[in-house]
Amino acid sequence: MAVSAPEILSAPLNVGFDYTRSTGPVLGHFVNALRERRVEGIRGSDGRVHAPPVEYDPVTAEALTEFVPVAEEGTVVSWSWCAEPLDSQPLSRPFAWALIRLDGADTSMLHAVDAGSPEKIHSGQRVRIRWADETVGHIRDIAYFLPVDAEDTTPTSEPPPVAERADGAPVSVVITPIHLKYMHTASLEESRYLRGLAEGKLIGQRCPACHKVYIPPRGACPTDGVPTTDEVELPDTGTVTTFCIVNVPFLGQRLKPPYVAAYILLDGADIAFQHLVLGCDAAEVRMGMRVRASWKPREKWWTSLENISHFEPTGEPDADFETYAHHL
Amino acid sequence: MKQLAAVLGTGQTHHRARRTDVSMPGLLREAIDRAMADAQVEWADIDAVVLGKAPDLFEGVMMPELFLADAIGATGKPLLRVHTAGSVGGSTALIATALVQSGVHRRVLTVAFEKQSESNAMWGLSIMPPFHMPVGAGAGGYFAPHVRSYIRRSGAPEHVGAMVAAKDRRNGALNPYAHLQQPDITVESVQASQMLWDPIRYDETCPSSDGACAMVLGDEAAGDAVPGGAAWIHATAMRTEPTTFAGRDQVNPQAGREAAAALWAEAGITDPLSEVDVAEIYVPFSWFEPMWLENLGFVPEGEGWKVTEAGDTALGGRLPVNPSGGVLSSNPIGASGMLRFSEAAKQVMGRAGDYQVDGARTALGHAYGGGSQYFSMWLVGSEKPA
Amino acid sequence: MPEVAIAGFAQAPNVRETQGTTNGVEMLVPIFADVFARTGLSKRDIGFWCSGSSDYLAGRAFSFVSAVDAIGAFPPIHESHVEMDAAWALYEAWLKIRMGEVETALVYGFGKSSAGQLRRILALQLDPYVVTPLWPDSISIAGIQARLGLEAGLWSEKDLAEIAARSRADAAANPAAQVSGAVDVAELLDTPYVADPLRAHDIAPVTDGAAVIILSNVERARDIVEHPAVLTGIEHRVDSPVLGARDLTRSPSTEAAAAALDLDGVELAELHAPFTHQELILRSALGLGENVRINPSGGALTANPMFSAGLARIGEAASRIHSGEARKAVAHATSGPALQQNLVAVLEAR
Repeated sequence: MAVSAPEILSAPLNVGFDYTRSTGPVLGHFVNALRERRVEGIRGSDGRVHAPPVEYDPVTAEALTEFVPVAEEGTVVSWSWCAEPLDSQPLSRPFAWALIRLDGADTSMLHAVDAGSPEKIHSGQRVRIRWADETVGHIRDIAYFLPVDAEDTTPTSEPPPVAERADGAPVSVVITPIHLKYMHTASLEESRYLRGLAEGKLIGQRCPACHKVYIPPRGACPTDGVPTTDEVELPDTGTVTTFCIVNVPFLGQRLKPPYVAAYILLDGADIAFQHLVLGCDAAEVRMGMRVRASWKPREKWWTSLENISHFEPTGEPDADFETYAHHL
Repeated sequence: MKQLAAVLGTGQTHHRARRTDVSMPGLLREAIDRAMADAQVEWADIDAVVLGKAPDLFEGVMMPELFLADAIGATGKPLLRVHTAGSVGGSTALIATALVQSGVHRRVLTVAFEKQSESNAMWGLSIMPPFHMPVGAGAGGYFAPHVRSYIRRSGAPEHVGAMVAAKDRRNGALNPYAHLQQPDITVESVQASQMLWDPIRYDETCPSSDGACAMVLGDEAAGDAVPGGAAWIHATAMRTEPTTFAGRDQVNPQAGREAAAALWAEAGITDPLSEVDVAEIYVPFSWFEPMWLENLGFVPEGEGWKVTEAGDTALGGRLPVNPSGGVLSSNPIGASGMLRFSEAAKQVMGRAGDYQVDGARTALGHAYGGGSQYFSMWLVGSEKPA
Repeated sequence: MPEVAIAGFAQAPNVRETQGTTNGVEMLVPIFADVFARTGLSKRDIGFWCSGSSDYLAGRAFSFVSAVDAIGAFPPIHESHVEMDAAWALYEAWLKIRMGEVETALVYGFGKSSAGQLRRILALQLDPYVVTPLWPDSISIAGIQARLGLEAGLWSEKDLAEIAARSRADAAANPAAQVSGAVDVAELLDTPYVADPLRAHDIAPVTDGAAVIILSNVERARDIVEHPAVLTGIEHRVDSPVLGARDLTRSPSTEAAAAALDLDGVELAELHAPFTHQELILRSALGLGENVRINPSGGALTANPMFSAGLARIGEAASRIHSGEARKAVAHATSGPALQQNLVAVLEAR
């Protein structure tokens, strides 16, 4: 079967946030030292010095407290070659990932070595820290490692974002941007419905087992576990079953409050979906109110329910409670 | 065939909007260390660890049980990580219970957490995939329409929600760990607070908290050794239904009703309102108290608000609900369910301090998640089940 | 305590990219139908449902929730979910049957790895303070582990290529395999490194897939299948996440799980090894002799559907007991970087 069949709709889905991580005392101590271009390890229950430090001991789980300074130089324990670096990795030119045991430490740290080529790195090699030009209190203050005898090279990354803190206060929060790209695909059933919307149509699908009309349709009827099949074109009128008035702004919100978020039961559908009700005072919206879709101009249509800007009252008498009570 | 299981000890963190004083491991250990001290156990006594939390996106760590293994004492031991949306704290406790009831382990540490301030909970709950209509306004925006439906169906007077909020926040003021401590809150001040998602007001809404909760569960021999008495697990139940389907009852979901019916049947309880001494139920928005009282079978459909309005669910009432302050006072999403389960255990162990219900011998712990579709609950008692 | 047996297994075709969605429904609906047809059961016969999947693979919080549509979960069901490979969901289901709470369980796992950049996503499994911010990818970490063994003389590049060649050849008989065919070891060794010291054949493919297993107590299983595969033991353990603080050429958690089991007489092993060298680590950890047949299905090197690959190992081992091909088998699942967490299950014919 073709990988991207024309029937399936897909679009990018980018999920990202700059996570703010409070470090606690041990990692806080470690990153503050990094800012000063020093490395502090910590002694474990078995006497091993861990660099980077660990907050809780791998053997006894006890909280560790005894910091031990370690050197800026160390030995490569093992490595692999990264020929095509990915986004956000320490270098944008090919480099080696390596486990490096700093002098004075008994454990090794995972980091990058700017060796230039795989022929120029080997296990047992002596390497040194190449500090970032600007250190902020973050693991990336270690920009990468270099072979001890190699010439200095230029970092390819910017320093990470920095959390605000009071003058003179130690770093206690590290910021890690995490931005991932996905390709979202709609199911075959949903794709048909979305293509219908692009033509100004509301197309529901009926489950062959329970015969209920779903809009939007899903990959499987949720009560029967089989794909919904027969298409049913629905009018763009319906009833408000229930609703709320959204009065609160929040991160990621695209509409300005206050607005009515309502469940709309289209005539002929067996399930309501969420949409907006505008075109009247929010306080006038009622359970049972009859509404009609208000479409955006045709030239703005694409494969999305957003083609309907909102629903607005038709002015008809409200639907009887009994007609929608079982949809609440 | 199921072996006896008991709660040996519990612990939780001080829940706050942002626990910037600790790392994630530090947050968990605060709860774990307290639970192990309460249970009087050492690491060598723990046979397995069960971790629960809500979506990984909140903290930006994938499968955090992996990086947390050392911190939570799981290295070298069996470790599970449960995720059942908001009910996860409860279902995590149930899996830990199963490890003891099946005879596989003698003592199990279970912990649930959320450090949601590392991102933003509203953002995490509102991410829309492409092609969708961005109507959603977080959890409050999702549940508010169904609260409206409940009020319409039951004919409940409007002040009932505010009564729940005032009660739970005042209870929270008796709980040193609670995020919100509001001893002076009143029904009037709740009703005067800003409307967020009509009909839910600001003071009727759970906070966003960083926090963790932990328990040590044990077998019969371990339970027998608890000074002052363990909390014996009398019954457990969990049920799921789809988020939406044609004709679904969003107000009084069948999955919740069936889970509760199974729970009472296993516990041999026929009249929960009389036979249960205290209930910790998952009320993130005030109106869920009367809704869940009905869903759980304490009262017939439509009557839940009367119990609340009569003051029966206050401390000192006939069925105190959420004496700990509940989810309205602290809501680290992944931990909230386990907090309910552990607060129920504390009541029958006599360890609930200033919010102890006198003579509590049976207590319900309840959690729900998703679009009111995942339900997990347990009944604990100060005596062994018959 | 009743013994628990595997009564049925089905898997979706393992493909580089499914047309289905990240919520798994399109991959699951057909295999649920398949496993019900094979066993003669229906959803009403299932006492407990448990799944394994990951939000981060899908890029959606609560991504497992929509998968429940594939079940038709009304009337309401007794159901749970782990954010781990479904092999651990199977463990949870095993507990429920052991303690008599239910008689049957259906376990499923699914994942659409192609939706995102898997190598990058897996960096989020690492320490969020000192490792993830460097974004080490999963293949580079495996390469580091592989080199440790190469330089210690534990394995050679040729050993690794032989594992790849054997796996692909065996996969030719597996209709669900993504990668298969006869390859010459010398030809494989002649290909360039992808992540020195790893070559393309040393690395599992990126796979979209799903798998389902039906468990029941042994009595019920006998009504369903002629040779039920009884789970005579199942253990799992986890190692420290600190990659630089342990010997990566061994798997202590697998060794500990194995020590708690009886592996005497095991004839075949389905090992969840997404990298060739990891098969050797696991063989050693499990103490498997030369005569044990490894990964007759082709293993993860020929199809690695995230969050169901471990479950599929258990299913593949069970299938060979169902067919009478073997009487005792071991199946393994792994989670996390460099074999951090491991589950081992022993299956026997009854």
